[in-house]
Amino acid sequence: MKKLLITLNVNGRDVEFACAPNQTLLDALRLDLALTGSKRGCDDSSCGACTVEVDGEPMLACTLLAAACEDRRILTVEGIAEHGALAAIQKAYGEWGGAQCGFCTPGFMIAVHSLLARNPDPSEDEIRAALGGNLCRCTGYNQMYQAVKAAIDAEKAGRRAF
Amino acid sequence: MSEFSVIGKPVALVDSAGKTTGQGKYTDDLSMPGMLIGKILHSPLPHARIIGIDASRALALDGVVAVAVGADAPNKYGILPVGHDETALAVDKVRYVGDNVACVVAESEAIAEKALELINVRYEPLPAWFDPEDSMRAESDLIHEQRPHNMEKEYHHVFGDPAVGFAEADTVIEGRYVANEVTHAAMEPHSTLAAFELDPQTGLPGRLTVWSSTQVPYYLQHKLSIVLEMPMSQIRVIKPLVGGGFGGKSEVIPLEIIAAVAAREARAPVKITYTREEVFWAHRGRPRTIVDLKTGVTREGKITAVAAKVIQDGGAYCSYGVVTILYAGALLGGALYQIPNFQYDGYRVLTNKPACGAMRGHGTVNARFAFESQLDEAARRIGMDPVEIRRRNLLSPPCVTVNGLRVQSYGLPECIERVAERSGWRERKGKLPRGRGLGIGCSHYVSGAANSIIRSDMPHSTVNIKIDRDGGVVVYTGASDIGQGSDTMVAQIAAETLGCSLGRVRVVAADTDLTPIDIGSYSSRVTFMNGNATLRAAQAVKRQIAEAAARRMNCSSEDVVMRGDCVWNRGAYGDEGPGAAEEAATVAASGRVEGQILRGSVQQKRAEEGPKDKMTFEEAVVAAIDFHGALGGSGSYAPPAEARGGKYKGSGVGPSPAYSYSAQVAEVSVDEETGVVTVHKIWAAHDCGRALNPVAVEGQVIGSVWMGLGQALEEEMIWKDGLLMNPGLLEYRSPSAAESPEIECIIVESVDPEGPFGAKEASEGSLAAVIPAIANAIHDAVGIRLREAPFTPERVLAALRGQQPEARKIRLAGNVDPTQPATFREHGGSLCYKGRGPARHALDPALRRKAARGNAPKPKDDAR
Ligand code: FES
Ligand code: FES
Repeated sequence: MKKLLITLNVNGRDVEFACAPNQTLLDALRLDLALTGSKRGCDDSSCGACTVEVDGEPMLACTLLAAACEDRRILTVEGIAEHGALAAIQKAYGEWGGAQCGFCTPGFMIAVHSLLARNPDPSEDEIRAALGGNLCRCTGYNQMYQAVKAAIDAEKAGRRAF
Repeated sequence: MSEFSVIGKPVALVDSAGKTTGQGKYTDDLSMPGMLIGKILHSPLPHARIIGIDASRALALDGVVAVAVGADAPNKYGILPVGHDETALAVDKVRYVGDNVACVVAESEAIAEKALELINVRYEPLPAWFDPEDSMRAESDLIHEQRPHNMEKEYHHVFGDPAVGFAEADTVIEGRYVANEVTHAAMEPHSTLAAFELDPQTGLPGRLTVWSSTQVPYYLQHKLSIVLEMPMSQIRVIKPLVGGGFGGKSEVIPLEIIAAVAAREARAPVKITYTREEVFWAHRGRPRTIVDLKTGVTREGKITAVAAKVIQDGGAYCSYGVVTILYAGALLGGALYQIPNFQYDGYRVLTNKPACGAMRGHGTVNARFAFESQLDEAARRIGMDPVEIRRRNLLSPPCVTVNGLRVQSYGLPECIERVAERSGWRERKGKLPRGRGLGIGCSHYVSGAANSIIRSDMPHSTVNIKIDRDGGVVVYTGASDIGQGSDTMVAQIAAETLGCSLGRVRVVAADTDLTPIDIGSYSSRVTFMNGNATLRAAQAVKRQIAEAAARRMNCSSEDVVMRGDCVWNRGAYGDEGPGAAEEAATVAASGRVEGQILRGSVQQKRAEEGPKDKMTFEEAVVAAIDFHGALGGSGSYAPPAEARGGKYKGSGVGPSPAYSYSAQVAEVSVDEETGVVTVHKIWAAHDCGRALNPVAVEGQVIGSVWMGLGQALEEEMIWKDGLLMNPGLLEYRSPSAAESPEIECIIVESVDPEGPFGAKEASEGSLAAVIPAIANAIHDAVGIRLREAPFTPERVLAALRGQQPEARKIRLAGNVDPTQPATFREHGGSLCYKGRGPARHALDPALRRKAARGNAPKPKDDAR
């Protein structure tokens, strides 16, 4: 299959690379751009470990074609930190035990990030619904809710996370 | 001020930033120049002889570098010394659908996948065994020739006098309980990268380095050395971040060996990462377990005797099987309740399915489900409250149980008290409306096995600490952090002991070249054993620093206090410590020694004159290096002889230096129309000795309870002719955030006399209690006793139907009574299979209800 030369905008930077037309965004990120933060946890878009934001919407990079994402803004977990420091949600996930093994965490970071971008003050049910597409086998999710709430409080208090 | 400065404080895991930023590297995130990709060809048949493998067409494909087959590495291995029955790739036979046949090494995953289709394997199919109770009677077509009747191992234990015990009982309850097969489904699929280095002396491939998602790097090193016929010292195993294990990475998984064999054949670094489906096939999860249980109790609620026959459907290889079947018995009699007379018959049976192994709560979970359910039935029978019957059968530690388990710290009474109180048990039990109920269950678990799987008197953990002139503390530990937070635990113990801040401590872990041996992250041993080794190493360093500091401060080394990044003379430190303000000031001052550090303390002394009563950590370290020439320490841990159990055959499994305890109450509601069970809340009290890091303890307890909840409600591996019907996360039904209830964790601290700072395990003990707690709550809600897990809507509905008066007379469910699972049902126990629901008897009330609504289907007379 002849490769295409495409440009992706990832975490605010344009990167140009050659990719096969059938290459997934997840493989492009992990193999071509060495952004290994997004994880592959399944074969059938059932786990959410690969979640990235495309134009602000959370999407599964394992079932998106890289070539279809040209000219769209892609945000991966590597782009969540702010000004070289942990974002409030990242710090809160550490402090409240929201990440144990951490394999699901990149997907949750993106899911929470896009939830808070849409709705800065979500209810408990809205948080649950927003996290419902991502699986975690370690935490039982309970501490994640605490972390999300703590992050919202930290944002509200205007406290920077460093 | 509190007794400790780092211990007992909720701290973020030391590696959490790497996880939340995506910077942390897991095995599949690694790559190296010239790296190739391996893909494994799996068997499509459950039991067959291999007549021949023709890989020539695959090898001819552009981009394919090598194809490895069984003959390339025929040495047998297995995690247990008594169970060496696996080879890297099948040599003569395949024994389950998914068994490993060949490995293609190619330039990309896509090419490797294409090449798999070009390999031609000729099989001669053999009759296969799927039902353990059939398999036990096998005379021919054995799965392993050396195992007659496909019996991996059987044990028969008698403690006390069960016959007398049952005679003393006022009531005896018997029943068969079945828990279906579940798997770990850790979020990270297994992955291994193997690379050989060229030896400068011989010019040939020499040392091997393996990066792998493993809980047991040292066992992996050992098994690689057996299969590749290389000395262990030539093999380096490195564990990067691991995305969850739960036991699924606690033994050598085929791809770990295959990657190394493939790298040797391809003469290049090879990485293999399982697809999610392959993870399900690799399995090593919790076996389907059939428990025939009999319990005798007196009217006063005292247990007089217990007899259990346990059959485990072990799959095609031994794996941890011998240990699993022993745990089921050892911790059933166990160190939870006072059981004076106990009989155990355990059978670990081979079948043509993927091997089962160790999974969180190893061996104890399904047996505990049976026991705690039956105890509830016993309580009902004698008219006693389920909480009360548990309180009447407590141990009185310190003691040794009939089966030789030593119990010291015992927080169970407090766990029961606390959950009863928090859940409002006494006020609410029995007063909830129909359809809603409360149930209780208890469990316990080892804090590490007192006997390692390779029997020896060697230490189970060793830890080294290095401190140099910069005052940085580096801890070298073999402990494998798989997300449970062992690196953080090690850092906390070192920091607390040396009186320094957590930020000063760096942990180098699980790299067989750098770190001393630790037998791995399984049986919840790491905090207890590696923690103790870390404590001892840190104490060795502390002694050296204190000795040197004492000279500088003109006091005895007993009077040296190390705390808050400073070293004090006790006189100056005072009984209460210098107070927060001064401590903060010294912490701030520490780390600035005005460029003197690299010169040594003689010059420092010249600048400062005379003795002092306080030094910064750096000054003290420099003084110690001056005084001793080198500063470092080692510590190791081996369980004490008294904790290592009795002398009978099989007594090695079950003993532990300390046991954790858990009591849980579940509140559920049951929808009698749909059969759906909703868990509203679980209160879980866990005795972890001392909580070194309360957030991490809570996370582990909640995580275990949640995993048990999955097994109780929906997780189940469903088999059809040896083929797994649900090898994906959605079909396997791992609960998502939307389905997961609130779990309230109550930490009970019994402070163990031998644990590091009194700590015991926290990661597994809570899993077993939740399944019976839910079963008992379902009974409380709607009066049905479910004896087969998971409690799916089909099973609930069938049981509800069976409860109706007409149904009792006509045995509505035919010979498939879900409340009395008597026979093995290969489809995994689900009543709906072959594309239609269970056939209904003509008098089925459900049919009549439908008829009344005018859409009665024709009654079928093939009721099973
Ligand atoms: S990798 Fe599982 S959803 Fe994309
Ligand atoms: S933290 Fe391990 S899967 Fe979520």
